[in-house]
Amino acid sequence: MLRIENVKKSYREPDGGRLPILDVPLLEIAAGEQVVLRGRSGCGKTTLLNAIAGLTTIDSGMIAINGLDLSRLPEAGRDRFRARNLGYVFQTFNLLAAFTALENVLLGMTFTGQRSDPSRARKLLERVGLGHRVHHKPAAMSVGEQQRTAVARALANQPVLLLADEPTANVDPAHQQQVIDLLRGVCEQENVAMLLVTHSPEVSSQFGRVEQLEEVNRVATAQTPAPGPQPPAPCPQTPAPPSLAE
Amino acid sequence: MSFWKIAWRNMRQRALASSLTGLSMALGVAVMICVIVIHSVAVRQFQQDAQGYHLIVGNGKGSPMELVLSTVFHVGTPLYPIPYDYYREFTDGKFAPFVEVAVPYCMGDSFVVGDKVFRVIGTSPDLFDKIKFDADEQGNLLGYKFSAGRNFKVENCYEAVLGSVVAAQSGLVVGDYFNPTHGISDGENPGKEHGAFEIVGVLKPTGTANDRGVFVNMEGFYLGDGHALTPKDDAELKRPIGPRGEPKVDEPRGTLAPPLCYDTGGAEVTPLPERQREVTSILVLCRQFGQLQIDQGVNKDPTSPAQAITPTRVVTQLLQNIVGPVQVVLLVLTILIVLVASISILVSIYNSMSERSHDIAVMRALGASRQAVMLIILVESILLSVLGGLAGIVLGHGLVGLAAPYVVESTGVRLNVLEFDEWEAVILPALVALASLVGLLPALNAYRTDVARSLSGVR
Repeated sequence: MLRIENVKKSYREPDGGRLPILDVPLLEIAAGEQVVLRGRSGCGKTTLLNAIAGLTTIDSGMIAINGLDLSRLPEAGRDRFRARNLGYVFQTFNLLAAFTALENVLLGMTFTGQRSDPSRARKLLERVGLGHRVHHKPAAMSVGEQQRTAVARALANQPVLLLADEPTANVDPAHQQQVIDLLRGVCEQENVAMLLVTHSPEVSSQFGRVEQLEEVNRVATAQTPAPGPQPPAPCPQTPAPPSLAE
Repeated sequence: MSFWKIAWRNMRQRALASSLTGLSMALGVAVMICVIVIHSVAVRQFQQDAQGYHLIVGNGKGSPMELVLSTVFHVGTPLYPIPYDYYREFTDGKFAPFVEVAVPYCMGDSFVVGDKVFRVIGTSPDLFDKIKFDADEQGNLLGYKFSAGRNFKVENCYEAVLGSVVAAQSGLVVGDYFNPTHGISDGENPGKEHGAFEIVGVLKPTGTANDRGVFVNMEGFYLGDGHALTPKDDAELKRPIGPRGEPKVDEPRGTLAPPLCYDTGGAEVTPLPERQREVTSILVLCRQFGQLQIDQGVNKDPTSPAQAITPTRVVTQLLQNIVGPVQVVLLVLTILIVLVASISILVSIYNSMSERSHDIAVMRALGASRQAVMLIILVESILLSVLGGLAGIVLGHGLVGLAAPYVVESTGVRLNVLEFDEWEAVILPALVALASLVGLLPALNAYRTDVARSLSGVR
């Protein structure tokens, strides 16, 4: 379903040089498969997710979903593809404060070019246990409820792939498991593949397939310290993401 | 979810800023509405004031504008009078075959009430009996009507009719008496008082300058001090006696002057001899094709002491040359106000762009194209403008409605709250265009939003 091949991404440095961030020879995820991606901070996890989502352009290589190479699509095509085929759960939920839970989910349907389906939005909210909170705005919801709303929004358009960027990072330990159970459950029910980025060993231990970014990404591999007692060196700090046009 | 709803939600999220921005637009549009409505009413009023007759005949030495201003609008200094005998040419002289009605106007007196000064016009009852000043929607001509009392009678020298504004502001009612003062008063130095006139009628509002007029029987007017032309005057001024030589004065003709007049007590009064009479102007309602005959007979005759002008033509010139430019200046000012309000929308939205760049990035991550987020910002700008504009239209008409009683009382001009000018139809489309223009800058900002950077929290 997802095939990443020879993807390279670098950022321009102030001195004119290039700072490599990604060099992924191959990464594949099958339809409905749930994969955890682990790695140290700054190793390019979010950049990889953004590249898969088409939010960041890559320098070379191929990112194909169901055989369609996103890197060859123009920006408008990537936008449309993202709206229809991808779900994105952010670390900070990123619900829009002006909208109710229901409207946040509907917002996920707005940009597909098709009519929004309020009944599906309600069902999704009911499925994540928020049937009684549909008209509440994020400010009136708990952190757990906000994250569940974000999950419902990510699934609004029946995506083929759900990208989850540290979805439990801002959730207290008591609710972490609920979020993971929810994500896994709805992805299984909807047959949605999931690529989940996490630092948590407790979370990753629950998944059958865990990819270590340092092994997937040659740039990060080169920075990985030799095994031993010394503390692990951090990856070179990824600069603030540049614009899409870059 | 529609872009309208997204924009509306964004506006509600910043309710205070949005309300204040919308309010500034509403105030701008309200001022514009007031100017448009007042302009429209003023134009119609100007044109309507000169309706009901074809020509005004007055002294040939004055300008047509002066003649119209003093005769129709009761402002400015009346022209020097013309001989009464010349007036007789329109009633039973050479112009009579072309005339339906000729109404004399004798001006030069005032009625002072507190700090308000109203013009006193000596005239004949024909003004209210035979002149139609307006037409209804079906085109039926409307004559003067009385809210109280009746028209004055030609044989009752000292009867008077008040315009509606005069009655309202003076508090005088039918049966009351008042004393005109000699001369066109400035309010501070009223002239000598004439004898009292009895009010026998109060006109219903006409929406014309006649609402501010005091109409007295011409026979009584002539009997006031200083109104009689003496032979000495005649000799000194060497004014033409009349087109047919020596007028046959003291021989009342037709129904113009009764052989006998009565004062308010019923006592007989001797009318002023025609030789000693003058009129300031004559309103002439012509018969078919009569206007051309009179125009040629008066204006092309070198011995004529008078000029005959078409009031509507002069009013049109007045509107084009004086009222028009003033209105243009006012409109330009109000357009500037609306422009400033539009810029406040730009500033309001633009200032909010940094705080909403994150929301825009989220929408982009959800699949919104650059054009879509740009459009959402434009829609918000348009929504703010149009809602502000609609509120302004309501507010503007509300202000017109609030001012209407005061305006009608002080000027006689009737303002209708629901009176919409065709120019108002241009306001909303213009606001949409303007909002699109001012929304372009923040919209471009949204277009250029760096998604990855904004999602990572970098601004």
